[in-house]
Amino acid sequence: MKHKKLEIWSFFTLAFLVLAILFLVYPMLGILKQAVISPEGNFTLSQFAKFFGDSYYSVTILNSFKVTVAITVFTLLLALPFSYFYTFYHIKGSKFLFVVSILCSMSAPFIGAYAWIMLLGRSGVITLFFKNVFGITLGSIYGFKGIVLVQSLKLFPLVFIYMNGAFRNVDNTLMEASANLGCSGAKRFFSIVMNLSMPTLLAAALMVFMRAFADFGTPLMIGEGFRTFPVEIYNQYLGENGQDHNFAAAISVIAILVTGAIFLIQQLATGRYRFSINALHPIDKKKPKGISGLLMHLYCYLLVFVGFAPNLYVCYLSFRNCSGAIFKPGYSLVNYRAAAKKLLARSVENTLLQGAVALAIIIVLSVLISYLVVRRSGPLNHAIDTMAMLPYIMPGSVIGIALVIAFGQKPWALTGTFIIMVLNLVIRRMPYTIRSATARLMQIPMSIEEASISLGASKLKTFLKVTVPMMSSGIMSGAILSWVAIVTELSGAIILYNNKTINLTMSTYVAISRGADGTACAFAAILTLLTIVSMLVFLRLSKSEDDIRL
Amino acid sequence: MSVAIHIKDAVKKYGENVIIPDLSLSIREGEFFTLLGPSGCGKTTLLRMIAGFNSIEGGDFYFNDRRINELDPAKRNIGMVFQNYAIFPHLNVRKNVEFGLRNKKFPKDQIAAQADKFMQLMQIDQFADRMPERLSGGQQQRVALARALCIEPDVLLMDEPLSNLDAKLRVEMRTVIKNIQHSVGITTVYVTHDQEEAMAVSDRIAVMNGGVIQHVGKPKNIYQRPANLFVSTFIGRSNVLEGSLEMRDGKAYLVTKCGYRAEMKNIRPEEQRDQNVILSVRPEELLLGTGTEADGMKGIVDDCVFLGLNTHYFVTLSTGEQVEIIQESSIDSIIEPGTAITLAINTEKVNLFHAETKVNLLTGVQNDLVTA
Repeated sequence: MKHKKLEIWSFFTLAFLVLAILFLVYPMLGILKQAVISPEGNFTLSQFAKFFGDSYYSVTILNSFKVTVAITVFTLLLALPFSYFYTFYHIKGSKFLFVVSILCSMSAPFIGAYAWIMLLGRSGVITLFFKNVFGITLGSIYGFKGIVLVQSLKLFPLVFIYMNGAFRNVDNTLMEASANLGCSGAKRFFSIVMNLSMPTLLAAALMVFMRAFADFGTPLMIGEGFRTFPVEIYNQYLGENGQDHNFAAAISVIAILVTGAIFLIQQLATGRYRFSINALHPIDKKKPKGISGLLMHLYCYLLVFVGFAPNLYVCYLSFRNCSGAIFKPGYSLVNYRAAAKKLLARSVENTLLQGAVALAIIIVLSVLISYLVVRRSGPLNHAIDTMAMLPYIMPGSVIGIALVIAFGQKPWALTGTFIIMVLNLVIRRMPYTIRSATARLMQIPMSIEEASISLGASKLKTFLKVTVPMMSSGIMSGAILSWVAIVTELSGAIILYNNKTINLTMSTYVAISRGADGTACAFAAILTLLTIVSMLVFLRLSKSEDDIRL
Repeated sequence: MSVAIHIKDAVKKYGENVIIPDLSLSIREGEFFTLLGPSGCGKTTLLRMIAGFNSIEGGDFYFNDRRINELDPAKRNIGMVFQNYAIFPHLNVRKNVEFGLRNKKFPKDQIAAQADKFMQLMQIDQFADRMPERLSGGQQQRVALARALCIEPDVLLMDEPLSNLDAKLRVEMRTVIKNIQHSVGITTVYVTHDQEEAMAVSDRIAVMNGGVIQHVGKPKNIYQRPANLFVSTFIGRSNVLEGSLEMRDGKAYLVTKCGYRAEMKNIRPEEQRDQNVILSVRPEELLLGTGTEADGMKGIVDDCVFLGLNTHYFVTLSTGEQVEIIQESSIDSIIEPGTAITLAINTEKVNLFHAETKVNLLTGVQNDLVTA
């Protein structure tokens, strides 16, 4: 008998294995090596002892953990009702709500923080308004509370996208059966809908956790005395006072261990909810009626408005006169002129070019990898899948440092180049697309491909003409998530960029840190415009928003 | 162009698990051939080996004289209809039907006409521009069939194509399938676990169990003279009773456990000796007496079910064995439960099997099974 025929897929397996080892395993080993080998070349655990021995450092782990858990809980609380109303009821202007909520999560990481400071900070517009008109002093927005507020409002759309897909997969007959057995309303929601959607909810929670845990911009901007992990890594690696690369590497290793542990816990929890449902009868959307219908609309629109408010406010500020960090009365394009002098064109070009190249690579690799995992299942292909998923649980700054360690020196000397910027984006954002492409492919029955082959199409043609088009919804939803994260890239890029490869988020960050607030707002406004345009292009490509599901 | 299919000593294994130990079969050119058996008997596995989607661990598969073991599935020129139809959901009906033509180097200017021809044949031409999600199950089935046939394949393979349809549509579609097959005249291999469906459509049937073909023959012959006890119980309903064969004065007599005796005139000569046998009596082969005959099988009616044309009686014999009887319903003579009756056996129709090997002992068994 002939066992497996050598085919083109075996070649892909081999190629991906080489790529994964070179670009994932090798950098990781580099960071581990730097964490445990002293500059003199001896093995030492002193960096770890330093971290856990000094509460000044070790408190960052606790802070990060606390704030991330709070963000995850709040994000779920915000998004679940929104998603429920959206999938189970006819909400007016649902397409608009959908697009705007995606845009909320596409703003640069610290823009939200910056805008909320301008609104609710010590001299924020709303703070002063309450103080002067009502004599009420609003509480401080800095530190823990501020991070939770900003991040929850930024991350809820991710949960919303995930949960829409899960809710839509609940078969309507299950809902009817449940009502028939005397369980309806809120009880049905918690005992049937939520239980069936639990795997997705846990996946969404994990995603929020990872994003929040690794977030660098928000705590930097609004955290003040509240110090978190990624900021500490950055300070140790690039900080102005006293860099310690080995210590930064050690903190990175600890960060990976923490996120790895969270990932395992999430996997264990998910394992308890394994079932397959076939949504043959999609949910029948109801027309919301009366006061509850009004409240539903109010909730959805208010949430999306508050989520998008920072972007609007920053766009508004970008047209205000400004000198240095002080906004003055009157409107002009002075900020845009200043931005144009500060590499605006180059930033836009870099953001688009790096993003587009990275996204193209991500899509091609994800489709191939998901095909290998699902249709050519084997230990090697699963190893590739696992390695490709590793960056999902690694903070961006850790990956940035790992890439510098691995490819910063000769003969590579890639730091600051276009190649390493794209590499960083691909490594970090591919997992989203791989996961959703894999999930989609698993739902496609093998017989569809067999039908194509028996009708005379070659394997390659079948893959391109049948498999890939059928996967397109999964690819599209993954690609949107990847793109959302790519456009707002900061934490990895901040370690890798230079003047030539600077992107829009970096330019905004640089402007804010130089105290040129008006210029920063102009950069941010252009980034918002870009994200809106790219969203509209995506929606054009994917016929309906229903394609965006996970 | 239709072909004959010859399978010699086919073996299928999944790891150490042997699904088909050693199977040989010949399917004639242009015939409607059905693989029938309980689920897990290996019939779909065999079909997929012919299609080229399952590896072949041993033996040879031929289309006419051409060995196809290593031939790429795309080059076997097979039309296949899947259980879930496998309609491409991203292509409309016309594109689905044309899909194979575009791959087969069919002249470009004739593609549309060929697709039209088969869409008309299957009466789906009015849905040509619809997407599959807007078709009913029966319509999808027709698309699948049109798509498989319009490439004018050498062989048509169908894997339980009707199992997802409701009962009425199933009966309607099997007539459609049979008529189309006859008019196109293509060699067809059909897989089903529904024996009535198999009888309705097939020229010949192969009954499979445990990866082994039990009986190959025409529907009528398989029903009336099943090769062994499995076939007799799988096809139609059978009452299985114990009994023996006794020779007296050169004549063979069937003796049941309860003492009923009847002469058997169609025992194969080499089996004409005293031996234990197993009887397989179909419900319509038990003849109801009045309860007064001296030589009948005695029993008590437990229950009766009136089904219009026929009435079914459930009877417990004096030995404790339970049998089912079918009688044509008559106007006023339903036998009440509790009534004592006597039964006779229609010796022309009853089948007797060897007590150990379970092989039919009668003449008239026609088994086209290819033996090595």
